[in-house]
Amino acid sequence: MDLSVINPVLFVAGFLVAATPLIFAALGELVVERSGVLNLGVEGMMIIGAICGFATAVETGSPILGFFAAAVGGAVLSLLFAFLTQITLANQVASGLALTLFGLGFSALLGQRYVGVKPPRLAEVNFGPLHDIPVLGPVLFSHDIILYLGLVLVAAVWAGLKFTRAGLVLRAVGENHDAAHALGYKVVRIRTLAIMFGGACAGLGGAYISLIRVPQWTEGMTAGVGWIALALVVFASWKPWRLLLGAYLFGGITQLQLNLQGAGVAIPVEYLAMSPYVITILVLVVLSADKNAAPASLGRTFHASS
Amino acid sequence: MKLSTLLTSAALALGVAGGAYADAHEKTKVGFVFVGPVGDGGWTYEHNQGRLAVEKEFGDAVETVFVESVAEGPDSERVMTQMALDGADLIFTTSFGYMDPTINIAAKFPDVKFEHATGYKRADNVSTYSARFYEGRAIQGHIAGKMTKSNIIGYIGSFPIPEVIRGINSAYIHAKKVNPDVEFKIVWAYTWFDPAKEADAAKVLIEQGADVILQHTDSTAPQAAAQEAGNVITFGQASDMAQYAPSPRVSSIIDNWAPYYIARTKAVMDGTWESKDTWDGIGAGMVSIGEISDAVPADVKEEALALKASIADGSYHPFTGPLKKQDGSDFLAEGETADDGTLAGMNFYVEGIKGDIPK
Amino acid sequence: MVRLEKRPQPSRAFSWATPILAVIATMIFGGLLFAALGKDPVASIQTIFWEPLFGDFAFYYRPQLLIKGAPLVLIAIGLSLGFKAGIWNIGAEGQYIMGAIFGAAAGLAFYPTQSVFIFPLMVVAGAFGGWIWAMIPAVLKVRFGTNEILVSLMLVYVAEQFLASMSLGLLKNPEGFGFPGSRNLQQYASAHNGELIAGSGMHWGVAAALIAVIFAYVLLTRHRLGFAIRVTGQAPKAARFSGVNPTRLVLFCMGVSGLLAGLAGLFEVAGPAGQITIDFNVGYGFTAIIVAFLGRLHPIGILLAGGLLALTYIGGDIAQSQLGLPAAAIQVFQGMLLFFLLAFDLFTQFRLRFGQAEVI
Repeated sequence: MDLSVINPVLFVAGFLVAATPLIFAALGELVVERSGVLNLGVEGMMIIGAICGFATAVETGSPILGFFAAAVGGAVLSLLFAFLTQITLANQVASGLALTLFGLGFSALLGQRYVGVKPPRLAEVNFGPLHDIPVLGPVLFSHDIILYLGLVLVAAVWAGLKFTRAGLVLRAVGENHDAAHALGYKVVRIRTLAIMFGGACAGLGGAYISLIRVPQWTEGMTAGVGWIALALVVFASWKPWRLLLGAYLFGGITQLQLNLQGAGVAIPVEYLAMSPYVITILVLVVLSADKNAAPASLGRTFHASS
Repeated sequence: MKLSTLLTSAALALGVAGGAYADAHEKTKVGFVFVGPVGDGGWTYEHNQGRLAVEKEFGDAVETVFVESVAEGPDSERVMTQMALDGADLIFTTSFGYMDPTINIAAKFPDVKFEHATGYKRADNVSTYSARFYEGRAIQGHIAGKMTKSNIIGYIGSFPIPEVIRGINSAYIHAKKVNPDVEFKIVWAYTWFDPAKEADAAKVLIEQGADVILQHTDSTAPQAAAQEAGNVITFGQASDMAQYAPSPRVSSIIDNWAPYYIARTKAVMDGTWESKDTWDGIGAGMVSIGEISDAVPADVKEEALALKASIADGSYHPFTGPLKKQDGSDFLAEGETADDGTLAGMNFYVEGIKGDIPK
Repeated sequence: MVRLEKRPQPSRAFSWATPILAVIATMIFGGLLFAALGKDPVASIQTIFWEPLFGDFAFYYRPQLLIKGAPLVLIAIGLSLGFKAGIWNIGAEGQYIMGAIFGAAAGLAFYPTQSVFIFPLMVVAGAFGGWIWAMIPAVLKVRFGTNEILVSLMLVYVAEQFLASMSLGLLKNPEGFGFPGSRNLQQYASAHNGELIAGSGMHWGVAAALIAVIFAYVLLTRHRLGFAIRVTGQAPKAARFSGVNPTRLVLFCMGVSGLLAGLAGLFEVAGPAGQITIDFNVGYGFTAIIVAFLGRLHPIGILLAGGLLALTYIGGDIAQSQLGLPAAAIQVFQGMLLFFLLAFDLFTQFRLRFGQAEVI
């Protein structure tokens, strides 16, 4: 065992990257849940984003266009969920699960031609001299633009929910849709927009996996990240900054166990892999003291007449 | 209830007979049961390439069918039965977990031939086949040992099972032989398929000083990680991964099922098929070594090719004594080679590898 | 202007008609999809829906419908009780895994002793495994008010890791040449959940599923507890006034759903699957959620929905093999079916009104 082989700078830089798909997907879901909708289809929207982004990047040669397409693809798929749950008032849990099933299948059909193809690479942002600062340089200033976009988005969602009128309305809808409706807010429209935002974010997260983190296309390659994102939203108790922290923790645990293995520490891998979920449950218990943590209307169907 | 049971068994008997009729069909029907999607770019993808090679070889004389992403257990039994009922003459079941289902269904269809990959249970109409990937690992180990500058070789394993452990040992023995200072860092991903995790594992190994990455997982994620890091070499796994040549991918182990699938289909057509256990390596072409790229120095490449030739013609066995186990006990005496039984169930590291196999 | 108006009573006619309409819509859109993939749409649809039921080899596929459908129905029945009362256990997959592990472990502990008591003991152990796993979110909900959707979902992943650990460790077959996976219970007579009548597909799991359907039907229509469940789902406050104890209801509904999921896991591992492996679970726990909703949370509906889904799985595999349809196309097709079923359910609860909304 030799823990000195673990380079803390590279370790931190590593989990910043590992956490990025989670940040996107979970942040989108956070907004959706804040509006009172539970969309369990994150995995399906991510994988659609992964293939839309990959295919577009390969065809156009531009990863940035790929990310754009991924966001559009995720949002379009989420419209299906919005239609089911907001227009036809179907159950959200079942609709979300169906969305994942559909997304996994549909992405595989779209991606048949892209197995074994190497996508164009997105360059790191050039920070000039900043990159050469010891420690901070490699940790903070050696990444691609999308990673920074994720961080900006966290701040934007936080500010948007807290300080803007739109954020206030969104939260009002999530807390009590009947009251919000009575005040004249368009509950269905607001929720549909939130769902689309969630879809776009999930799509970006998926494309981050297929274009940057891995990068390649294979069927089912998101391998459950969407489900972890759902856990993360709860872990964060629906708060953006805690979500960021949680994403680093979740990403960090995987990085840590791989690092420990590399350093020759005998660890029970399965039990460490369980730990994020167990921790999330513990956090839920701790949070339960705060009765206002979860949006009150979460998962409930809204119809103006009811 | 009783009557319907009788009818059912009668019908099942008829169905079995139907399978027998199939022999008289003009076309030989070959079924493939796949555990993953054919678009996985690795294990199932290569088996499907083998299927396509059978179609190409025999043209109109054969018909191939396949079902992908079949769960092990009752689903696989149903798919095999369905293929047999539809008149398949030969069915390849391509995952270890299909072992008991294959034996079960084969007992119900004695006239249909079954071929189960990587298992150890056989019957009169069930053959088993597997590839000696460890032969390829020996060549990788040789190149890795010669080329590493940091003397640290990273190894990404899937689950700690004999197949993977055998590969680690083979690579280590041959790396050590050419470079006594070499050290292996082994990371278990605990998944058959999670490209993002494989990428992470590769990055971690590189960060910890590895400049050669060997992988027993099928995605190209480690290749991309190595390319980004620079000065790190990798080897393709399952497929050639030539899109990362000449560097970081300097060579590869390719699962090449085509020769075997063609030979077995031919045997069924000729009526010469019989149950046997096949464990082929480089010599028979089941394991192909992808082109060694120019990133490898010419002398190393020459040695590697010589090693490959000696393994292929059987003059050299990658597990040749003297070798000790990790705990210092004797494994093989001078000049002794490991028998297939020992290799098949290998659950120990050879001397020199640090760390424990997870339990 | 089209608007929705809530029906005073759910429409009986539409609750029967919508599933049929949904299947027809799926056939049309699915046919278009298959045509786009270059396959004969009519043949594809026929293979999926007709072949397993009435094709040449229906004698084989009909029993397979029972084998494939039984765990779905068994789990979905348990879930539906909770769903009706607004208690959301979506972690049945984990409870299914734990039931299988507990049950298999109980049986393997006695290997190779033969005794008639071993299988019943396994059934108890399996039920206990599922029950205890469901009790975690239940107790946390009752004691701390945590959200059971999320806790039960998290526990699925914990169970999956536990399954991997068991397959590679404690329960690994000592005679399996180091490969992961337990001994095969099909080859251990006392622990084997075999067919009750050869060739019929009937094993104890199928019997349990049918019993569960009847049990749930009686409970919901005849028993006070069924009333409590319905009232709690429709009007929680009214339920409290009428003397329903919400704590007990949560423990009961979560407990029953976990128990049934655990039983499904046990019957599967002791019967059709045979052994504990890393990939033992194939998503029955999640699919059962869909089955519960497709069945409109009604026991008979769930029975039919379980059969329908099993049919698409079996027919889908046949279509892959016979017509060369990719597995992904079948997945998309199933996704469509669910979408249409979910969307059309609207018409049981609401009716469309054309024209301007009345001014109140």
